This record gives sequence, structure tokens and C-alpha cells, in this order.
Amino acid sequence: MRTGLTTLLAIASALLSGCGGGDAGKTLTVKGSDTMVALGGRWAEQFMLEHRGVVVQVMGGGSGTGINALVNGGTDICQSSRPMTDKERAQVKQRFGKEVKEIPVALDGITIYVNETNRTPSVTLAQLKAVYTGKITNWKELGGEDLTIVAYGRENNSGTYMYFKEHVLGGDDFAVSVQALQGTGGIVSAVSKDERAIGYGGVGYAVKVRELPVRKDESSDPVLPTEENVVSGKYPISRSLYFYTVGEPEGLTKEYIDWVLSPEGQKICKHEGYFPVARQ
Amino acid sequence: MRWLKSISFGAICALATTIILAMVAILIGDVVWYGRERLTFEFITARPRMGITEGGVFPAIVGTVFLVVLMTIAVVPLGVATAVYLNEYARRDSKLVLAVRLAIQNLAGVPAIVFGLFGCGFFILFIGRGIDVAGFGGRLVFGQPCILWASLTMALLTLPTVVVATEEALRAVPQVYREAACALGATRWQVVSRIVLPQSVGGILTGAILAVSRGTGEVAPIMFTGVAYLLPYLPDKLTSQFMHLGYHIYVLATQSPNVEATRPLLYSSVLLLLILTFALNLTGILIRSRIRRRLRTG
Amino acid sequence: MKVTSPSHDSSSGPSTASPHPAAHDLLGRRSRRLEAVIEVAIRASAFGVIAALLLIFVFIGKEALPVFYSEEVRQEVDMRRLFLPLKLDGGSGFVWQPVATVPKYSLLPLFLGTLKATVVALVISVPIGIGTAVFCSEFAPQWLREIVKPVVELLAGIPSVVIGFFALMVLASWLQSAFGWGVRLNAITAGIGLSLAVIPIVFTVAEDALTAVPSSYRDGSLALGASTAQTAWRVVLPAALPGIFAACVLGFGRAFGETMIVLMASGNAATMSLDPTQSFRSFSATIAAEMAEVSRGSAHYHVLFFIGALLFVLTFLANFFGHWYVSRLRAKLQGKTR
Repeated sequence: MRTGLTTLLAIASALLSGCGGGDAGKTLTVKGSDTMVALGGRWAEQFMLEHRGVVVQVMGGGSGTGINALVNGGTDICQSSRPMTDKERAQVKQRFGKEVKEIPVALDGITIYVNETNRTPSVTLAQLKAVYTGKITNWKELGGEDLTIVAYGRENNSGTYMYFKEHVLGGDDFAVSVQALQGTGGIVSAVSKDERAIGYGGVGYAVKVRELPVRKDESSDPVLPTEENVVSGKYPISRSLYFYTVGEPEGLTKEYIDWVLSPEGQKICKHEGYFPVARQ
Repeated sequence: MRWLKSISFGAICALATTIILAMVAILIGDVVWYGRERLTFEFITARPRMGITEGGVFPAIVGTVFLVVLMTIAVVPLGVATAVYLNEYARRDSKLVLAVRLAIQNLAGVPAIVFGLFGCGFFILFIGRGIDVAGFGGRLVFGQPCILWASLTMALLTLPTVVVATEEALRAVPQVYREAACALGATRWQVVSRIVLPQSVGGILTGAILAVSRGTGEVAPIMFTGVAYLLPYLPDKLTSQFMHLGYHIYVLATQSPNVEATRPLLYSSVLLLLILTFALNLTGILIRSRIRRRLRTG
Repeated sequence: MKVTSPSHDSSSGPSTASPHPAAHDLLGRRSRRLEAVIEVAIRASAFGVIAALLLIFVFIGKEALPVFYSEEVRQEVDMRRLFLPLKLDGGSGFVWQPVATVPKYSLLPLFLGTLKATVVALVISVPIGIGTAVFCSEFAPQWLREIVKPVVELLAGIPSVVIGFFALMVLASWLQSAFGWGVRLNAITAGIGLSLAVIPIVFTVAEDALTAVPSSYRDGSLALGASTAQTAWRVVLPAALPGIFAACVLGFGRAFGETMIVLMASGNAATMSLDPTQSFRSFSATIAAEMAEVSRGSAHYHVLFFIGALLFVLTFLANFFGHWYVSRLRAKLQGKTR
């Protein structure tokens, strides 16, 4: 028992000795979007490999969580899959006296996932809205089989949720029957198991599910979220993925962001299934 | 006809028992079946690689251990002190004692998420921010999720377990021991420290072990008080965030995009967590039954 | 126990009959001061703990109160909007959609959702838990009892995240392919998972209640010619009924507040449907999912605390009544035999 006690105290004192502010110079905190967490993680991993002694930690939780952390001063960089609202920018201004700096770092096409067995040819934006507001409930109305549609979405702290709501639903509410899952991975996982499912999320996550071509309206052609279609704007639901900082980035933050925007960093976008941001 | 009815009731009860035994067997069997292939030494000692499809869960194990160690340091002294106070120092018929006992017993039934809410709102946003403003000029040091606050939250959560187990152990010490010690001129603290506590060590240990077991498995309270999913380093300060085996399982199960690829790792993590919790629980139960047997015969 | 400190005779030395050398310390002033310090430390810790417990009540309540009185919060949400139907485009209804241009905070879908899952869980766990308890206390031979009880205790020790994992990965797909439901993650999937967490509680308390029934009851019944089953059904069970009821109440409290299982297996959709094959959103899962993104002081933050306070009060009361009933049962049974 005495050895147990001593071990306990040893571990505790080891921890306690590290009390305090921490070496802010060498650690960079990036928080936010779950859509971007895999991409952000790869950037961090590669950056740390090339810059020894630097630690970049990437955490998810949703764009809303990241923005909240930025407002509270809990992160250096906020990853967000949606633009910050005016209210949020005002909060930062009020708190820090500086404007946020919005930096697009990658391009994404919001992919509509369906199960691999689902043979529906395509869907228009209007139909997509109707599905997610609960007005269309059966696949046969979309040209598919006679099955009820089970719609999966994200939790309300997700940037993807907000983006979808604004740009596809036009600000309308989701139907209450839309299942709210954590993380894009959760949606992909659910859609891959359920032949009736439909879901949405970043293009980098489409594994073992089928990407449903989207038509802007009745008269357009169905478009898949390929690099060409997203970069050219042909795919109707494309968006930028952002880094946000309080004020102009400096020091390690600036170094990191510059690296992410460099050809080397942008190459990683493609690796993760996203698309490089247009040259500025 | 009456015997038919009698057999039915007995049979129903037997059926109920079989159902629950089967459910447990299925759950454990499923986990063991799919989890055993990846539960290797490498799994326990390696970090996650390739987007959590390879490697191991070492940082999660380390994080869990640190969390539990801090939690135990906080909860055992406080819990034992409270139980000692209630049982040895306070007046038997005190209303305060009754109220406190009631509060502790019923707090055990409060959902874990409520403790998480309290931990977030009180420890992080109130105390943490307060420390930052007062001692660090507003810089964000303690006012954010970290292992310190998470372990204090878990300590509050497991406090009832420790207090109740300690009280049970203290009560089991025969009154004559105390009376004899007093008759020999010992002071109250001497009675407690030299007679009562040594006799209660088993019960205190049980309480501590049960608390530790809960700390290993409970995820809800730490979700927004300090745990994180993928950290590049191990927690080395009180203000670090940490990985946790239970939380790791939660994220892998709900947010992993490539289910097939992460499935083996997920199952192995679950198996590991189960083994840890079972080992702890078993130890606690064994100690407790040995004490009870000793009391019955002794 | 009233321990009166014996008066110290500072002049005499230790008696030869003293069983332990501690008697020496009686006389030193240093150790007496140390003792005083220790006693203060113990009292301080105990009071600190008591204060912490009170603090939990107070703090959660305090952060929930702005829903009642703060002007700023009441612009977004107030008691009426929490509980009564909201005006929506297309009529009125109950909607929980806190992140929107017009945030909507109806609590009713969350309440119904939590209740739905709890009912499903109780429907499964009460019969199984009580049946197993009766089996253990009335029918099973000793060796079987010593297998069943540890297995159930083992189940009690399984972390809820593991049960949630099992419900999500195994149960959901299996149940959907067996019953052909539209939705994988629904109240039945989550309910079965919840029951795995609730059964040990129901079992333990019910078994305690049953074994507390004096054996004289059973002996009398058997002597009159009844079979074991008849004795169990007509004599023991009715006698233990208050305890069994308490077991159900405690199980209810547990199911109502459980977080991880529901977070993983419910689908988290805030529907108003009472259909158990539909998804639902529970109180605790809402807090778990939304807490990280709220900023302190916002209306959303206060509503989440309000939900937390609600959960706290309800589960605390459930526990209180459960334990009170058990002690009443015990008193009644012991009173009767005296």
C-alpha cells in the first residue's frame, strides 16, 4: 500500500511541477470544424515533421465550438467550414479590439451521400431542400425505389450544418425527423449501413458510399463534386474552408498559415480529398 | 392445474435470468471475438497512426491513467475525511449529518452529464477564468478545459462512492474497540487513526477502487471539461488536455468515416477498456467480500 | 458516538499495562497541537465537501435562473416558449432548433424523447430485473446464485460508452434487418441499451428487498402446503412490493439521466413522435452535444443549464423516493416480526 501511495504521489508531483502557463511560443492550437479535422490533422502532422520542436494540436468539436473558442481566447486558429456571422465577428471585436482575419485555405464540395445500393440518378437543389425540410419522404419521388427516405444531418454546432441550412434550405429549419449525428464520419458510417439513407458532408469523407450527382435546377446537368467542377463553380454547393485568427496572424501562427497556403500545404488538400484554394 | 401455474412462475423467472445472462454473454462475446486480434503489445504501447486505422492507443491509456490518478488524489482524502467526520466526530442525532448523508446518497443517482455541466460552468468558466484574470492578467491558462478540472469533476462524481464505502467500513468496526481505546486514555484522533482507520482500510480501498473503475469508464463528465480526440503529445501539465480510452471509443464509434478500417481498432479499444474495468471491479469486489466474510466470522 | 476526551494527567507517566506506545504521546504538547490541527483538517475537508455538494445545487440553479428573469435571455426564450407551442410558419408546434435565425427552444420534444426511451427501457428491464431477482432469492440453489449475482454485478461495471457502442454497432443493424424498420437508431435500440444499464440496479434493489423478507413468511407458507413458486408469487413478492417499487423508481432515475448510450444510439432527432421505432432526442444527450459550442451567458447556455437543473431535480427526487421506500419497507418488515 505504501508503494502504491508513493507511486501516486510521484505521478502527481510530476504533473504539478508542470503547472503554469506553458510555453506559448512553441505550441499552436487549432480548433473547430469536424469536416476539417482530418485535413487539419494532416497539415499539422506534416508541418511538425518539417519543423522539429514545434507542436501543433488540432481538435474538432464543430465549427461552432471552434468559433466559440476563438471568442473565448481558447485557440490560436479556428478552423471553420462556414463563414463567421456578423454577431460572432462583433463578439471578437468586442473582446479583443481587433477584427477577425478570414483566410480561405481549401475548397470543398458538399457531397450528398447515399447508400451504395441506391440507384437514384440525381437530385436538384430544390428536391434536396424538400427532402431535408420533410416535404419529400420517399425515394420514388426522386426517381428511385419505393423506400422511405431516412435523412441524416449534423448536430447544430457544425459549420456544415449551418452552411447547408443557409445555402440549400435557404434559412428554413430542418425537419425534426432529420437524425443529428456527430461528425461527418458518423453520417458516412450511417449512410453506408442504411439503404434508405441520405446524408451530406465534406467531399473528403466519401468512403463506401455513393456520391449523388446534383443538379442546380431541372434544366441543368447532373454534376459530381470533382476538383474541376468545384473549382470552376459548376458544382452548385461548393464552399471554402476557412482559418480564422484574431487580427493579423503573427509569429508561429503566421508561419503555419503561410505554410498551409504554400503549394506543399495545398498538395495535402488533394490528398485528403479536398481541393486547393484558388491562387490569390 | 395449480402445478401448471406454479411451474409457469418459476419458469418465467428462470427465463428472465437466462435472458440477462445471454445478453451479457453476447455483449462480452462479441467484443472479445472481434477485439482479440488487435489487442497486442503494440496496441497498448503505440500511438494512433494513419488516421486512427493503425497503431495503438497508448496516449489514451496514459491520459486515462493520469486522470484517474489525479481524481483519486482528490477524492480519497476528501471522501475519507468526510466519512470520518460524519461517523466519528459529528453528533449522531445531528440534523446536519442526516441532511449530508441524504445528499451524498442521492447525489450518486444524479446523471454524470450534470456533473460535467457543473464542471464546465463552475470550474472552467467561473473559477478558471477567475484565476486567469486575477493571476495571469487575462491570459487563458486555467479558464479552459484541462486535466485539472476534468479530474476534479470526476472526483465530485465519485465522491459518494468513496464516502459510502468508507462509512460502511467505519461502521463495521465494533464500538468496543473505540470504547477500549478511550478507556486507555486515547484521544479521539488517536482512536480514529490507530484503531478505526487501520481496521477500515479494506473498505476504503474498495471505495477507492470502485471510484477508479468509474473514472476509467465514465465519459460524459469529461467531454467538455478536458478530453480531446487526437493530441500530438502526452499530458504533462495540469493545464494540458488529455486523451481518454472511453472517449476514444466514443469518437471512433460515432465519427469514424471509414468504419471497416477502424473497426478492429475500435473493438480492441473496447476490449481493453472492459478488461481494465473488470479487473478493477473484481479486485474491489474480492476485497469487499473478504471483509464481509471476516466480519461475519470474526 | 460521543467520544469524550479523557482528561490528561500531565504528571504521571505511562502505565505498564498500556498496550501501545501511543500512550506516550498523550503527554507531549506537540502531539496535542498536531491532533488539533488534524481535527481541524478533517472538519475542514468534510465541510468543504458538504459545501461542494451544496454548491452543485446552487450553481446549476443560478445559471438556470436567467431563463426566468434576465431581459436579454427572455428575448430569445422564456418559460412560455419553453413549454407551450411555438408559432411556426405552417401553424404551431414544438420545435427544438436553438441554432437558427429564429432560435426555437421547445422542451417538450426533449422531454417526450427522454420519456419514450425510459419507458422502453423500463418495460424491458423491470420484468427481467425482478424476474432474475426472484429467481435468485427464491428458486436458485446457492451455486447458481453465486454465478448470477456476479454476472449482473459485472454488467453493472460495464461503462455506458461500451453499452452505447454495442447498441450502435451491433444492435442497430441487427434489429433493423430483423424487423425492417425505417430508422436504425431509435427508441427501441437505445431502450435495449439503456435496459442493460438499468437491469443491474433493478436487480440489486429488488433482490435486497426480497431477501429482507423474513424467512418466517416463507416457512409459514410452505408449512401450509404451498409450493415454492406459489410462496414466491403470493407471499414473498407482495411483502417485498415497496422495495420492488423502489427498484423501479431508481431504475427510472437512471434511465432518465443516462447520456452516452442515448447519445450514440438515439439518432438525436428532436421529434414529437411517441413511436418507439422513431428517433428521439433526450435531455442529457442535448446537453452533451450542444454544451461545447455555447458561449457563456448566451440564452442557449442558460437553457442548457435549465435542462441540467431539471435533470438534477428529477433524478434526485427519484433517488430520494426510491431510497425512502426501501427504508420504509425494511422498517415495516422488521416491525412486523417483532
